[in-house]
Amino acid sequence: MAMREPTIFEYGAPGRGASDQWPTPGTDAVADIPPALRRERRPRLPEASELDVVRHFTRLSQRNFCIDTHFYPLGSCTMKYNPKACNQYAMLPEFLGRHPLAPAASSQGVLRCLHELQEILKTVTGMSAVSLVPMAGAQGEFAGVSMIRAYHRSRGDVARDEIVVPEAAHGTNPATATMCGFRVREIPVDADGDVDLAALRAAVGPRTAGIMLTNPSTLGVFERHIVEIEQIVHGAGGLLYYDGANLNAILGKVRPGDMGFDVIHMNLHKTFSTPHGGGGPGAGAVGVNERLAPFVPIPVVGEDGGSYRWLDEADRPQTIGRLSTFMGNVGVLLRAYIYVRMLGRDGMRAVGDHATLNANYLCVRLAALGFDPAYPSRRASHEFLITLKRQARQYEISAMDVAKRLLDLGFHAPTTYFPLIVPECLLIEPTETESKATLDAFAAAMARILEEMQNDRERLKSAPHATPVRRLDDVRAAKQLDLTWTGTPAGSPSASA
Amino acid sequence: MAFIPHTRADVEEMLAAIGVANLDALFEEIPATLRAGELTGVPAALNEMQIGRLMRERAAQDGTPCCFIGAGAYEHHIPAAVWAVTTRGEFYTAYTPYQAEASQGTLQLLYEFQTMIAALTGMEVSNASLYDGASATGEACLMAVRANRKSTSRRILVPATLHPRYREVARAVAGQQGLAFEPVAYDPARGTIALDALDAAAAAGDVTALVVQQPNFFGGFEAVDALTDWAHAHDALLVAVVNPTSLGVLRSPGEWGARGADIVVGEGQPLGVPLSSGGPYFGFMTTRKEFVRHMPGRIVGRTLDSAGQEGYTLTLQAREQHIRRAKATSNICTNQGLLVTAATIYLSLMGAEGLERTASAAHARTRQLRDALVRIPGVRAAFDGPFFHETVLRLDRPAAPVLEALAADGILGGYDLARDYPELAPAILVCATETKTDSDIERYAAALERILTQAPHSTANP
Amino acid sequence: MSNVPAELEYTEAHEWIRRLPDGTAEVGITDHAQHALGDIVYVELPEVGRTVSAGDACAVVESVKSASDVYSPVSGEVIARNAALETTPESINQDPYGAGWMMRVRLAPGGGDAKTLSATAYTDLLSKESD
Repeated sequence: MAMREPTIFEYGAPGRGASDQWPTPGTDAVADIPPALRRERRPRLPEASELDVVRHFTRLSQRNFCIDTHFYPLGSCTMKYNPKACNQYAMLPEFLGRHPLAPAASSQGVLRCLHELQEILKTVTGMSAVSLVPMAGAQGEFAGVSMIRAYHRSRGDVARDEIVVPEAAHGTNPATATMCGFRVREIPVDADGDVDLAALRAAVGPRTAGIMLTNPSTLGVFERHIVEIEQIVHGAGGLLYYDGANLNAILGKVRPGDMGFDVIHMNLHKTFSTPHGGGGPGAGAVGVNERLAPFVPIPVVGEDGGSYRWLDEADRPQTIGRLSTFMGNVGVLLRAYIYVRMLGRDGMRAVGDHATLNANYLCVRLAALGFDPAYPSRRASHEFLITLKRQARQYEISAMDVAKRLLDLGFHAPTTYFPLIVPECLLIEPTETESKATLDAFAAAMARILEEMQNDRERLKSAPHATPVRRLDDVRAAKQLDLTWTGTPAGSPSASA
Repeated sequence: MAFIPHTRADVEEMLAAIGVANLDALFEEIPATLRAGELTGVPAALNEMQIGRLMRERAAQDGTPCCFIGAGAYEHHIPAAVWAVTTRGEFYTAYTPYQAEASQGTLQLLYEFQTMIAALTGMEVSNASLYDGASATGEACLMAVRANRKSTSRRILVPATLHPRYREVARAVAGQQGLAFEPVAYDPARGTIALDALDAAAAAGDVTALVVQQPNFFGGFEAVDALTDWAHAHDALLVAVVNPTSLGVLRSPGEWGARGADIVVGEGQPLGVPLSSGGPYFGFMTTRKEFVRHMPGRIVGRTLDSAGQEGYTLTLQAREQHIRRAKATSNICTNQGLLVTAATIYLSLMGAEGLERTASAAHARTRQLRDALVRIPGVRAAFDGPFFHETVLRLDRPAAPVLEALAADGILGGYDLARDYPELAPAILVCATETKTDSDIERYAAALERILTQAPHSTANP
Repeated sequence: MSNVPAELEYTEAHEWIRRLPDGTAEVGITDHAQHALGDIVYVELPEVGRTVSAGDACAVVESVKSASDVYSPVSGEVIARNAALETTPESINQDPYGAGWMMRVRLAPGGGDAKTLSATAYTDLLSKESD
């Protein structure tokens, strides 16, 4: 069992600090700032040496699972290898040092990268325009649904106040529709995981602004009725929104634009392998077809005779506006650019092929061990769902127990309890960068857990055992809120008692 | 290719296990008419050596000009340890800490971050960050509508001294939920909020929140005590937008007026995050404990594990989109974890004293810059009164060609206010931080003097 | 097996109603509902004085992994709220029909209540749901 790592506040002593990092103090440097505006007391921040700080945060890092150390089959998150080159070349000093308001004349290098990324993403998705502005998938969704709203309003079609969302959708879809001022109409999926077309027909009408779909869906299967869905929604005057969470499944194989979608967001931190960073930053670029092109969020990069510049409200007067102070997460976009250039056109197809191969292979392996795929009649996409409903009843275990036990066995857990409509589920996404040997090892761990359900249930129920902490009390966390450290710093008079 | 490890034999074995003849058969459920053709618009692959060369060339093209632009993004010294530790794979390639037991590093770090940001802003609770300062301001306006039960108007007062991009983003992020953003004029002599304009806005009806940026967009200081008390006297919440570096020397929003600010947000970039063309940065948000359930974004709490040992976990998740769906506080899923990692390490290295010295040095350099520039004929200070590390200078001729001429000399001389504040034009917003030296400032002053001593008409075509 | 007191009325959304002789009614969530939610960590109650109509979302109960709206089964004015739940939300788990009550409503004279179920009918509903 790993030792407790103290908080950074417990390191150091009053008067200690990483003073090599600090500017030399000036004399009366702030004398001209009125005293009433100035602090009387310093804020309570750490007083630690540089080595203390480096050790503490390095030790903290060692209490994480990550792609660089573990297989991370977190469904819907596309935890593929993040190539080191993407980081190194996006962090060249000129890129890091460029001020966001630097003039275009001294920004041609970075603007060209962004423009080429826009063009490549247009090609890959089959759309006519791309804006790289949104800073995360959820913000991309927000941009996309805002454009749908702006489109209808620009035509005077203000009665369209509903967005249709399948019940299996990511929670962001209904949350986004609400943020954009829409009412949400949820529709069911059928027993094979496709949208219930009768329910869709009944749901659409003159109030339908659009539908938000993920395809392949969150159930890990391709939506086979996509052509009919497109006809039904467009026929009712609505638009189709593509949630690009699962784009990795179809990269190079089928394009959302060809499926009839009007707008798409891409999670560049998934499909285009920018790092997840412990939960951000992401990038949620949006692509649109001709009819939504006037509304894209600004700024976008324009090109004229080999020279690049920002296009803003002067060029896109109908834009939905700005979503970030400057230009979204450029550093993330550069990483995605490097990745797509390294993949090239053949690499893109190979991604979709092998992501799908890995998911189907692992699904077949787990099914052979006695696990139940949630949609056994279907081909898996880049991910698949298994349901532990049967085992939960038989052995009184839960999907959460299995997830926690996997941590002991050296694997990050799959996504649990999502989608909400499949009981006791694990959503497993291996990604294309994992080898057959890794998938086989994961299957072996799952076989061992299945065996423990029968013969060593307590070990399973009380997992994890090998992580820095045991299973955490979420109820206590929510009821006895402890959100900031209020202890006594090291070295203060009362700490030695 | 494409970082795929499969050998031909692997693929054959796997296809056989699945029971299909080839890879294409895995896509049989996709209607054949929809299959993509060749992606001819995508260039052929480059290997790492080739992409490295390409990126170095592109970077070199942009160079490293000497930058005196602030306007929401500030160049500061970043200790080497910050990014050396932040880019460790364990931070860089982990995801959101859904499996708390496998994410204690990120979770404890976020808890420490929440503690530091709450201390710095003088508030009780913090979230684990939002996208950037502008979007955090928009989220704060939405939160104010939820939290202020005394107000039903959804009117948010956004003074003209708030960063123009923040105002635009707040409108784009929150405007579709029926919030009304109403401008408040500034005092043209001081460049701060005009108190009589506020009273006029209040006379027009109930106010949900007043947004106050300190230091404001012009770099000057608002009368934050009076403004906070004004807001509370009108049953409005006070949303503070602050620069975290400035809090090394300035009183925290928690201490403004009689009761302190209600929601505090800001741009976290100055805390160890490079300029990077505008992102990724992170927004921070702190508030009173009573409003914690109205706060958007991830929040980490400390708790106990099944063996009674302390540990960290995401908490209050029932506010969030993956549970509340259409009724969530926001659609936001993640925070800006990696940038918060950098900022937490930065704040640990700087401590209160390092931050105070950084703020003082940046202020002193900007004062030195202002003094050097206003000595040049044709340049004068736009406003009376003190400033932090930015200030507005008025020129005797259009600013754009002057800035272009400076850029040609390798100097980014400031931000042209012509578009956002045409009434001030010709004017520029200039900034110097602790990274600037005497010779940088002398170089800027000399270049500007040279440009301005040319006849005004000749600057357009240098 | 869930506890379903015979003297109360119920709704299909798992609220209970206790009609009192003074023309008011107490409302809470059922034993079945608290069990399905798990440990309740937070309760948001309506303000006293608010007028509710049957079917309005009037309160929220949160567990760690869920947040559920509570719909008012009756119409009228909220005259009391169980403020003790703000600090001891676990009362709903421990005593859903007693210390876990949520609000008291003075019933509107015109009625307008939701369709309610007797204890027997509610027990039948629960046994069907568990199939």
